[in-house]
Parts: sequence; structure tokens; C-alpha cells
Amino acid sequence: MIIPTKEKGAEVSRRDFLKSGAALATATLAPGVTLMAFGGSAAADGMKPGARWGLLIDAAKCPEDCSACVSACSNEHGWENNGLDTDPQWIRKVTLKEKATGRENSLPVMCQHCDEPPCVDVCPTGASFKREDGIVLVNRHTCIGCRYCMMACPFKARSFVHEPVTGQKTTTPRGIGTVEGCNLCVHKIDRGDGTTACVEACKATGYNAMMFGDLNDPESEIAIAVSTYASVELRADLGLGLGVRYQNI
Amino acid sequence: MKQLLVSVLIMAALLVSPSYAEGVLPDIPKAIGEPHPEGNEYWRVNHPDLLRHDRDQTVIDGIRDVDASLAGCVSCHAVKGPDAAPLTAESDQYFCRVCHDYVAVQIDCFQCHTSVPDVADQARLLPYSENPMADLQAYLEGVSQ
Repeated sequence: MIIPTKEKGAEVSRRDFLKSGAALATATLAPGVTLMAFGGSAAADGMKPGARWGLLIDAAKCPEDCSACVSACSNEHGWENNGLDTDPQWIRKVTLKEKATGRENSLPVMCQHCDEPPCVDVCPTGASFKREDGIVLVNRHTCIGCRYCMMACPFKARSFVHEPVTGQKTTTPRGIGTVEGCNLCVHKIDRGDGTTACVEACKATGYNAMMFGDLNDPESEIAIAVSTYASVELRADLGLGLGVRYQNI
Repeated sequence: MKQLLVSVLIMAALLVSPSYAEGVLPDIPKAIGEPHPEGNEYWRVNHPDLLRHDRDQTVIDGIRDVDASLAGCVSCHAVKGPDAAPLTAESDQYFCRVCHDYVAVQIDCFQCHTSVPDVADQARLLPYSENPMADLQAYLEGVSQ
């Protein structure tokens, strides 16, 4: 049985209908009255059911002079940051300094994929939304570019596209007048790659400071790591339930 | 209502005999790949709705194996320009624009979506031709000499 969700609209989608067709049972109750039962699985083929995708970043392993994750993201998604305030920035390297001791930390910060995302709360059109597997995205088809989400985000994770864009990647459409941010390489997740561009690049450098995985799968590497070693959320005081966790900051 | 009227007019125009059409109707570039089983007429009328339906499946539900995706259109319908590079939506010979310009319907898809196929698919594209029959004849003449 397909339970229509708010996102899916009130009707059974054409695809769900077709997919459940294999197990379709019909019974004619009376002439002109047909009872149909749907026995097929309606699980979306792109999304792992019950998943909560997240990242674990070990700041102790992240050297200050390395920005492989940032350039990998830029290449994967086709955005370019030339240092202007208005340039897009899906992920950036941040240096934290503890005032009392002078200890410095370097770490990448991107969309933290909150459980309770403020950007979703404030979006007037519903363009900013959380997927069922916890990834917070902008639906550019409905984004009107008001930038409320940019103001609501405590992590400054979103950018606005000010200029016309050409030469986009097929997997990452992006264009003028819409807001954008880290999408946790959603196209790679849907494809089943099981990693993100930044994590791949971090692994390639040998620093291994980043880990990607399903926090809800108790057997996944990331779930074992967060249950074994101490990790924190940025601005945990806000109680947003972040999908990105940090170690050694 | 206006859209319906325009669609009906286009359909009517497309159905009239080619001898009428020459030089008046848009010259739609040939595509590669299997023809649509539903037929071209069906897609000409319904492509906006089909694309809109499936884009929501992809963006919201993460279903990427959809029947109607813009990347799917582009991978078969895009053509190469005279410089052998794929035409972009900035060209008025681009497969979407030949009709969209004709009926004066603005197309916003390519503000965000790329209008050229992935590099792997580009080699398969057909070159754009103003007059495919003349090209073929010239080729045959070249071969026979």
C-alpha cells in the first residue's frame, strides 16, 4: 500500500503505480466497481530506506594547508570561488582558535544537514527541503532566490548564484537567481557510489580526515566510529541534530 | 486556453503536407537513438508535463532512473555545430529552440541545466544540417567520383 506523503502529493505517482503493477490484484465487486490491491514495494529506488547520511570529520588529521576537499567539491559540482564575497562556497576551510590557549584547528565546514534545518523552516516556497534520508537540499525549480535560508543558516553554508552560469555539470544543475549549498553529492549517493567527492579527495591525499556513511546503520564504519569515539556537533547548543560531526576540535 | 490553442495550431501546422511546410515550419534536427514508442506527436504535446512530473521524482525522491529527464533529451537530441562541438542552448539551431523560438515560448531549463551531453555521449551526436538531402547527395557524388 502506498501512503501518499506531503512531498509526493496526494496522488499515487505514475511510477509507483507502474512499479507496483507486478503484484497488482484486482477483484470485481460488481459491474463497474473494481477493488485493487497494491502488493508491490514502493520503496524509492534511489533512496536507501531508513538511511541518515552523514559525515565524520577528524580535525586532528586535517592539515591547515590542505584544501583537497574544497577543490574536489568545486570540480564535482562546477562552482568556482575566486575570493569575492558573492562567489559560491559549498565547502570551505575554517581555522578555529581557542582564545585561552592559542590552540588552532583547521577543518572543512559545509552544510551540516540538520535534522531540524532552520533553512527549511523559513523557506516561503518549500524549495528548501529535507529528503527522507536526511539530506538537506534546495529544489531550484521552486526556489525564488529570496535568500531567507542563507540568513537562517547558523553555518553560513548556503550561497546565492548572482551571475548567469554556463557549462554546468549534468549531475549538478545550477543557475542564476537560486540558492545553493552542499548537497552531500546526492547524485553519487543515488547512484550507489557510497561516498562523496570531498571524502574521496581526502582519502586520496592520505590524511583520511573525513568519513561518509549511514549513521542509522549500526554496522557502518561511521556509526561504529561515532559510537566508539567522542565527536561533537558544531553549535550543539542550537539542538539542530546535525548530520556532520567533528572530532578533536 | 491560450496554451491549448497554440498547441492545436502547432499540431495543425505540423500535420499539413511537407510541401506547404518547407521554409515555414521549424527545421527540427534529427536525433540519435531509438524513436519514442509513444510517437513524436505525443512528445511534442506532452513533454513539459512529463519533464515536470519526473523532475520532482528525481529532486525530492531521489529516483534518477526516470522516463523523462532533461539529460535524457539532450543526450539523444543535441547536435553538433559546424565546429564539431555540440551546440548549446545559446544557438538558435539548438533542438529545443528551433520550435520554442518559432512559437515564441521562452525556455528557462538551460539557465540551470547544461544543454550539452556528457563528454562520453558527445561522439555519437549527429552534425546539424540545414539540408540533409543536399549533404547526402554531395556525399554520394563525392563517393562516385
